[in-house]
Order: sequence, then structure tokens, then C-alpha cells
Amino acid sequence: MVDVKFRSRVVANWSTQTRVGACIVGAVIAAALIGPILSPWDPNAPDVLASLEHPSFAHWMGTDSAGRDVLTRTLVGTQISLLAGVLITIATVTIGTIVGSLVAYAGGWVDAFLSRVVDTAIAIPFIVVVLATVAILGVGTVSVGLGMVLVGWAVYARLARAEVLSLREHEFIMATKSLGYSPARILFRHVIPNVIRPSLTFATMDVVAAMVLLAAMSYLGFGTQPPVADLGSIIAGGQPFLLTAWWISTLPAVVLIALGVGVGMIDDGFSTGRKGKR
Amino acid sequence: MLTYLFRRLLLSVAQLLGLAIVVFLILQAVPGDPVRIMLGERVPAELVETVRERLGLNEPMLTQLWMYLTRFATGDLGDSVTFGQSIQTLVASRIEPSAYLITYGLILAIIFGGVLGVFAAIRSGTVADFTIRILATALLAMPAFWVGLVLALVFGIAWGLFPVSGYQPGLVGAFRTLTLPAIAIALSLVAVVLRTLRSSMKRVLDSEYVEAARARGYSEGRVLARHALRNAVTPTISIVAVVVGFLIGGTAVIEQVFSIPGLGSLLVQAVERRDYPVVQAIALLAGAVVIAAGLVADLLQAALDPRVRNTISNG
Repeated sequence: MVDVKFRSRVVANWSTQTRVGACIVGAVIAAALIGPILSPWDPNAPDVLASLEHPSFAHWMGTDSAGRDVLTRTLVGTQISLLAGVLITIATVTIGTIVGSLVAYAGGWVDAFLSRVVDTAIAIPFIVVVLATVAILGVGTVSVGLGMVLVGWAVYARLARAEVLSLREHEFIMATKSLGYSPARILFRHVIPNVIRPSLTFATMDVVAAMVLLAAMSYLGFGTQPPVADLGSIIAGGQPFLLTAWWISTLPAVVLIALGVGVGMIDDGFSTGRKGKR
Repeated sequence: MLTYLFRRLLLSVAQLLGLAIVVFLILQAVPGDPVRIMLGERVPAELVETVRERLGLNEPMLTQLWMYLTRFATGDLGDSVTFGQSIQTLVASRIEPSAYLITYGLILAIIFGGVLGVFAAIRSGTVADFTIRILATALLAMPAFWVGLVLALVFGIAWGLFPVSGYQPGLVGAFRTLTLPAIAIALSLVAVVLRTLRSSMKRVLDSEYVEAARARGYSEGRVLARHALRNAVTPTISIVAVVVGFLIGGTAVIEQVFSIPGLGSLLVQAVERRDYPVVQAIALLAGAVVIAAGLVADLLQAALDPRVRNTISNG
């Protein structure tokens, strides 16, 4: 229930940096959503006669080795990467926050045991876990995503645990207890909504990190499988032609960097804005 | 300090045990028969049975876990299924380039991240600080493999300064072949080090004791080096373990880009061939190195900062 007045007040509080960042991210997302609909080209249909064409009026960013339009392919790839990144992040934040809150709330041996599990999960290098998951389940976007969720939750569990431990001492949580609310109601209605806020600032940058990691896995051939391509597979496909057809690998990388800078500016603007108020 | 040391060591042992169990579960989590997946459908049943026997897959799961842990405790990593070698030999022949690459990357990340982080904190709020911060987020979003490709293109092919693939042993050879890959994996970590150091340095620079040091008329250089940096560095040390973890993971991708015959590319090959014992062994090694790095970082932090060793954490 976000009414217009509330929203405009939120935007009014944004710093210039946050606004510029939001514009960059908004532009990339809008292009990824609308571009493929307007484009006359099929992102995955090869056209051997038109392979490796320079950027022109027909193909704004040229064509790849199979004659596919690089711009259309990159925009569809952006959709895939973004969707994967957002879904992976939502899963890690949800699982991590619930586990972390439960653990802190339960205390005792449950806390001690699960905290060690979190320590272990954080100790294993991320990419190694993702690669092991691919070895277990076979290649594909889903395996890579599952691998990332398998370790990603641990960071959020640690954040949520610390947050709940300090929150537990607050008066309004104590009040819910004296009101006789059930533990489940206290946890889901009162604790978690307050815990998730610090995690969300962390999560925005994680979406980009997940997209970059998925790109790396697709580059190795373990992620998104052809003919469908995410940003990483397009960069990999352009690798043999870096000298002769630079445009293939450049555009997807530019999209990733633009998203990263945009999200970073939003984050940075928020944190400096908050400090300024204090 | 002794109590802290003891508790911290205990934590590392617990982590190591947890790691070993997780790694053990890799083979158990494979849907279907892992031996069939490794060897393919066309091999004779006797061979499948021999491999099953050798991997101990016919035993009950807890016996398997016990066998696995005792084997790991004696330092025996087992045999590869598809490379036709013991994993020890395999790892020994591949470890040198990866070890150099990780060390090289770590040094680059610390030097550049450190210098830029301190600089951004001193010039806080200026155009230079803003530029460095934007640069840092851009670095975070650049896929290391793409950076590697661009570096190879510019410094390797166009300018011919460095070879673009392969590895030459020895210090000079390692420097020639690993400089571009090390820059590629260090860049995103420069951003991580920079951001952490900048924020803690800024906090220290605003503190009263730095003001007091300035009031006593010490030179700005002395204030920065002896008073500010020393206090700002401790929170940064604790992220070094995280950085090492990223570096180890990064080698898997970057060794592939530059065709370096290291442990990272061995892991990628093992995943392609679905050679589970090799995947397990490398995951174990990688995790153990990160755990060791975390231990060293925490002890170093405790040695530098009395507050850390006095507050014995309970979780």
C-alpha cells in the first residue's frame, strides 16, 4: 500500500547520486524488457549469410558468428541474467533471514550448531561450491542458481542472527511476549520485518554479483545452455573474434558494468544520505 | 590471549570437520549411480563394481563417512577415476601456478586497494574520492574473465608485453605468465579492500585521538601512518580470509581464460568429466586454505588489537 504521496516523498529524499544510479538501472531494465519486443530480429535464429557484420543501421550492434543480432541477443540475455540474479538473491535472502532469525530466537544448542554450519558454509569458496553443484546435478542455469543459493544464504543468516539478538532486547518485542502472542506470530510479524531491512541494502549489490558469477559459469560452459544465452555466454561466444568483431563481447560487458555502477550509486547515495542526517 | 588462541583453534577444527562432512556429502548427493555417471554407460559391469568397491560405495553411509574422515586425517586424497593418477600426484603437478597466482593476486589487491582506500579516505568528499568510489563499483561488476580477455588483447596481442596463455615455471616465468591473470582476478578485490579500508579509515580520521595527535603538532604523515592507519587496518585484516576465498574461486575461471595448468583448471576439467573424487579433493583443499587464512587473520587481529582478544566472542 504505497500511495503516491508517500512515493514522491521518498524520491524527494534521494540524493543526486541515488537518482543518477536509479536512472541507469531503470534504463537498462526498461531496454531489456521493451527492446526485444520492438526488435525485428530473433535472438536465437542463426543466419549464416549475415555472420560477423559490422554495426549498421539494420544491426545496431552488428551480428555474431552465427549471424544473430548482437543487440537483441544482449537484451534478451540481460533479461535472463537479471531474472536469474533477482530470483537467486530473493531465495538466499529469504532462507538466510528465516534461518538466522530462528537460530537467534531459539538460542542454546540449536544456535551453537547452526552457527557452526554457517561458519563452514562461508569457509568454502563460493565458485567451488557452484562448480561442485554443477558436477552433481549437471550443467544448466538451474544448477548454477541452486549452487549459489546453497552457500549464499549463510551470509544473510549471520546478518539476521546478529540483528535479532539485538532486537530481542527491545521493548516492543518484549511487549508482544507479555501480550501472549505465539512465537510464530512474534517471529514472522514483528521480528523478521525489522530484521530484513539491513539485509536488503546488502542484497541489491548481490543481484549484480550473482549476475557476474552466472556469467562466469556460462563462460565456462556450465551455465545457460545454447541456443539460449545469458550475458556470459554472449561474451564467451565473442572471444574468438575479439580482434575482428569486438562488438560481440563488448556490449554484454557494458550492460553488466552499467548495472553494477548504477546499483552501486544507489547504495552509496543512500548510505551517505543516512550519515548526513545523523 | 591463550584462551582466545585456544578457542579460535577449536573453531577452526570444527570448521574443518564441517567442511570434510560437506565434501563427503558431494558424492552422496549425486542423483543416480555416481560411478555410472563418471564412467559412462558403455563400460562393463565388473569395472563399475571395482570402482564402487575402491570408493567404498558398497558400505553403509556412516562407515563410508568414517573411512573418508580417517583417510583425510592421514592426508590420503585417494585416486582420480578419469585422470588415471593418484590425486596427490595430480594436485602436486598443478599446485605451483595456482599458489603463485593467488599470492600475486593477493599482493596486488592489498597494495592497490590499500593505497586507493587510504587516499579516498583522506580526500573524503572530493571529486577524487567520488571517482574512486564509482571506479570501485564498476570494478565489482566487471566479470574477471572479461577483464582477462581485454588485458590479453591489449597487453598481450596488441602491445606484445606478456604472453597470453600457458605457464612457465620459475620466478621470472611466473612473473611473465601470471601478471595479466593476477591483475584480472585482483581487480574486483581491489574494490573490496578499498571500500572496507576507506570506511574504517574515515571513522578513525574523525576520532578524537587523531585530533589529539594533530593538536600535539605531529606531522600529517606521522598522524596518518602511526595513529590512523594502524587502527584502521585491523577491521580490514578480517576480510582477507574472504578475499582469499574469492581468489581461490577466481583461479578456476581465470586459469581457463589464460590456459594455465593449475588447480583451478583441474577443478573445471574434473567437473566436465564428473570426476567426483577430484572435485571433492580440490573443494577440501580450497576450503582448508580459507579456514587457515581466517585463523591467521583473526590471530593477527588479536595480536594487533587488545580489544579483540579481551572480548572472547560467544558465537
